[in-house]
Order: sequence, then structure tokens, then C-alpha cells
Amino acid sequence: MRLSTVFAAASVMALAAGGQALAGPTFDAVREKGFVQCGVNGSGLPGFASVDDKGEWSGLDIDLCKAVAAAVFGDASKVKYTPLTAKERFTALQSGEIDMLSRNTTWTLTRDTALGLDFVGVNYYDGQGFMVPKSLGVKSALELDGASVCVQTGTTTELNLADFFRANNMSYEPVVFETNDELIGAFQAGRCDVFTTDQSGLYSSRTKFENPDDFVVLPEVISKEPLGPVVRHGDNEWGDVVRWSLYAMIEAEEYGVTSENVDELKANSTNPTVRRLLGVEGEFGKALGLPADWAYQIIKQIGNYGESFERNLGENTPLKIKRGLNDLWTRGGLQYAMPFR
Amino acid sequence: MAVRQQTAAARVQPPITERVTVLAWLKHNLFSTWYNSLLTILVGYLLYLVLVPFFRWAVLDATIAGDSKAACSFGGACWTLVKVRLGQYVYGLYPEDQRWRVNLALVIAALAMVPLFLERFRHRLTYAVGLVVIYPIVGYALFYGGWMGLPVVETSRWGGLFLTLVIAGVGITASLPLGILLALGRRSEMPVIRSLCVAFIELVRGVPLVTILFMASVMLPLFLPAGVNFDKLMRALVGVALFSAAYMAEVIRGGLQAIPKGQYEAAMALGLGYWQMTGLVILPQALRMVIPGIVNTFIGLFKDTSLVTIIGLFDLLGMAKLIVTDPQWLGLAAESYIFAAFGFWIFCFAMSRYSQHVERRLSAGERR
Repeated sequence: MRLSTVFAAASVMALAAGGQALAGPTFDAVREKGFVQCGVNGSGLPGFASVDDKGEWSGLDIDLCKAVAAAVFGDASKVKYTPLTAKERFTALQSGEIDMLSRNTTWTLTRDTALGLDFVGVNYYDGQGFMVPKSLGVKSALELDGASVCVQTGTTTELNLADFFRANNMSYEPVVFETNDELIGAFQAGRCDVFTTDQSGLYSSRTKFENPDDFVVLPEVISKEPLGPVVRHGDNEWGDVVRWSLYAMIEAEEYGVTSENVDELKANSTNPTVRRLLGVEGEFGKALGLPADWAYQIIKQIGNYGESFERNLGENTPLKIKRGLNDLWTRGGLQYAMPFR
Repeated sequence: MAVRQQTAAARVQPPITERVTVLAWLKHNLFSTWYNSLLTILVGYLLYLVLVPFFRWAVLDATIAGDSKAACSFGGACWTLVKVRLGQYVYGLYPEDQRWRVNLALVIAALAMVPLFLERFRHRLTYAVGLVVIYPIVGYALFYGGWMGLPVVETSRWGGLFLTLVIAGVGITASLPLGILLALGRRSEMPVIRSLCVAFIELVRGVPLVTILFMASVMLPLFLPAGVNFDKLMRALVGVALFSAAYMAEVIRGGLQAIPKGQYEAAMALGLGYWQMTGLVILPQALRMVIPGIVNTFIGLFKDTSLVTIIGLFDLLGMAKLIVTDPQWLGLAAESYIFAAFGFWIFCFAMSRYSQHVERRLSAGERR
């Protein structure tokens, strides 16, 4: 954390001194060069960004890059990926090396302001959670009084854990490890009752277990980690494009538009919202500087948010992540698109 | 050094009565005293504890059939991953239908190097210099493309063993000439050149390679004017080349200092100028003396290339890491890393064997 603060300060200074390190209007530049340069997770994060057997990138974050390309060019393949590490990601965006960053990046105040960046939405609500063996018979994290907890040392996870137990007047015994792989080994060997880290991490760790079905992730989330796409500050037209590309995917799910039925709905739907979303009515594409069928292209080529989630993280993948906070607001989640009108 | 002992031993044959049988060898080397016997048994037991389960995991219980994780059995290694992804370990994300370009460049490199191994060929040095200048251009044209209908392959898709070899190759070929110049500069009598070389060497040796790579990838872009973006791989290559040149310079300086003063005086007495003296008398002796040091630096450099993972380039190790994050293959990290380690070992071992061969050949004069 502290290192990143130093780098943040240094980069702000560099920006102030250079003055011109910020690229011009990204939108024009993207249209001119004919593809979107998207910064993604270079170390790979299961379900968010990884490379398949064919050598192609896939994942929830990748789908967002593709969605933007589909909106701008009507072709989801017009995107190039720049693999980035956690420390390079902001510099790459500031220096204009990439057009947008879609790399499981937590939206925080400092990053949104001092770094000269703009977060334009949240495509995954993550948060710290707990995993226990089913045999323990625990249904809620509030029943964990006196438990021994396996946790990675030197992380904010450790601090959140302490806060949670203190706030609920419970005691616990921390068992700390240096790396996640050690932790997985110890937890499986029964060195501790509870395994805590970010929920997406819990799910991907569980796939490494010998008997993944013997363990369950508890519903409580004790910290906020909203992950979302980032663009340069002051690059508003481009920010709008990325923001509404994400909203189009969420809105499509809410109104039941999928990659399968989108053609039919475009031709026959009488629902005014669907007609507006698919560009049959109104001039929303024009307002964004995009073709009228921009959202149709996203849904046709990538699918709606729910389809993307199920394909990359859902029950049919080895990760088996439940929608939880990432369900639509109509089903008790937090995914909520601003109205298309 | 080991080589020299071997050759010395080869000359003095042991008396016929001491010809070793297996038992005698065992008694002599492993069970000569009671504490050596104890140590042998202890170490043997430890090896047994480690190697037997490893062998069982890696060979006996291992899976290699099938083409998905479903084919793997728990308890044994699953080499199916390596089999399915072999192309990615070797070429990274280089498009499958373009991989022939990498192969072709490799074949060209192998063919172009043949004359270097022909002892009869007179102009080997000139040829080598020409190769070092021309080959990178040929390689770049093939790898990157963008001419004669070859599609462009961005450097962000380069990876695996191929990228490791590119970085190591550039580092090695650039560092030797640069290192020689820096070493000569450091011993120069011209104060400006000398202080520049000393400053460069000490500055670069004073920081870890990670720092140089990090500066090149994270800080440098912020200081460049808008729209000017050096390719990330290019920045890493320059960093690696400068870094290894500084180390190489110090290795070569060691050789230069070991040349007796009489050699310099004799060369000057023959009327040779500075460059003739250096090129014909000093360097051939100095370089031969420091071959182990040079190869050591090369091997170190080869392994250091894996540091580029911290700036988001996928060398062999980075690829091994990326591959195991595919949700379809989660949990096979050990197999992936062991395979990458094996790849590194093959190359380093080959380099060290080759250097022993070169040493033996060049020390022919001393044996006489």
C-alpha cells in the first residue's frame, strides 16, 4: 500500500511537471487507429482475465474490453490487450499507452482523484469473505466465535478480519501464512477452521482443493472491493462510451435481452425500453458519438452481463461463483444500470 | 578448473592394482570412516524420503492422456496441461498460424552460425560481427512482420521460451561488445572516457535489475512527451543489455588486469598501435582467461530474463504462471512451474557444457 502511494505521488508530480503526458481526446484517437487498446491483468486472474487453450484472452474483464470495441466499431475483435502488473497499471493509463483499464481494480477515493483517473462503473462487487468446511455446520460468520482463522499476512485482509471480530465482540485465533498456496495447504490439512480472503479468491482457491464440495463460502462480506473499468480523468466522451457499454450489458439482462433473442427482440419488441436500448427508437447512439446499433452489437457479440458472468464465473465454470452482490438490483444485488432515455 | 584436473588425471594413469571395482569405489568414497558411513546412510535416507514420493507423483501416478483437466487423477502429476499448452510454453501468445516465422528465424540462426564452428574458416571474427549486426534485423522483420504480406504480431503477444531466448540473445550479443568497450574504457588513460565508463559501470552495478526494469516500464513513460511510446519489450531489452554490459565489463577487466605487463611492452616494441595491440595481443589472451566468468554472466543473464514477468511480459516463467490461471486448469501450478524449471535447466546446462568445451579447446596451448 505504502509503495503504491509513493508511486502515485511520483506519477502525479511527473504529470504536473510534464503537463502534456495526458493524451488528447482518446475517443478520436481510438476511432482513427481502428482498435481499443485495453489494459488487462498480466498475471492472470481466474474468471477475470486468463488465456485459454487457443491463446485467446477470456474473462469478465476481457468481455468489457470487447464490449467497448463492439460499441465503437461494431466488431468485438477490434481490441488489443496490454498485459499489466498491479504496479504498472495506472502509469500505462496515464501515459496513454492504453485507452482503458479493465483489470480488477478497486475503486477508491485516492485512485479516483489524486491519480488523475476516472472510474466509470463497477463490473464486479468483490469483498472479503469466509470459507469453512461443511462438516463444521456453520451457516453465518457470526457463529465463528473462538474459531481459528487462516489468513495471509501483511494484507488488508488481516486488518479487516481483526475489525470484523472486534466489532462483533467475538474472539478468534489467527494462523498467518506468507502465500496463498501455503494457506490452501494448511486449510485443507485442518490447521484452521476458517479461510478468509476476497470472495472471488476463495472460490478460485476452492477449485484447487481435493474435495471442493466439502467446503462452503459463508454469505457475509466484511469489506468493500468494487472492481471496475478506469479511464483518464478529463476524457469525458471516452468515459461515457465505456460507462454506457457496461450499462448496456446490465440493462440488457434486466430486460431479458440475450445474445440469443436480440435479433428477434430488435425486430418485434414493443417494449419501449428494449426498443431504445437496441437503437430502434431514439438517437442515443448519436448522443454518445456511436452508431445507432451500438448496444445491439454488444449484446449480439458478447451477451448481457448475466451471460458474461455465467460464462466466466458462474455455476457451469470450475469457479462456481454465486451472483450474490453482483445480481441485478431487482433480485437483491447491486448491479443497477442508469435508465436509457 | 574441474576440467584441468580431469585432463591432468587423464595423463597419469592409476597403477593397475588400483583399478576401481564398484565395491572399492563405494568403500573409498562413501564408507571410508564410521562417520562418513553414517552421513551416507542419513543422506541416502533423506533422498529416499524426498525422491520416492516425487518419482511416484511425477511418473508413476502421473497423467498425460486426454486434453482437459477432467482426465487428471488426484494424487499424481497432470502433464496433460503441459501437453495441451506446449505451444504456449514455447511461443507464448504468438498466433498459431504464424509460428513458422519463429521456427524459420531459429533455423536461419542455426545455419548462419555454422561457419563460426568451422576451424578452417579464416574470417570468423568479421563474420561474427556482421552476424551480430544483421541477424537482429532479420529476426525483428520476421517476428514483428508488417511487410511482404506478413501480418504484424505485436510484442505483447510474444512469449514463452521464444521471448526468453529473444531477451537472453539480445542481452548476450549486446553485452559482450559493450562490455569489452567499457572494460577498455575503464582502463583508458583518457580521463573523460575513463570517468564516464567508471560512472556507468558503478551506477548500473549499484542497482538491481528489477529496479532498472521497473524504471523503464513504470517511470520512463511518464517523462516522455505525449504520443511517444516506446514498445515495452524494447525498453526491457535496452535495460537488460545495459545491465549485463556493466557486469560483463568487470569480468573482462579482470582478464585485462591479469595480462603481464611484458605482453604490452612486447606488443609496443613490435610497433603495434593501441587497437592492433588490444585486438591481436591483449584481448585474445584476456578473453580466454575469463571464459568461465563470461559464461557465468551469460547463464545468470539467461535466468534473470524471468524478471521481466514483473513488468507484464510473458517469458517462459511468466507463461507458466499465466497458464495456470485459466479456470479450466486451476490447481496445476506445480506441474507448470516444474516444466518451466526444466526448460531453464536444459538451456543453462547446455551453455555450461559448451563453455567447458570452448575452454578445453582454447587451452590447448597451455597443455603442450
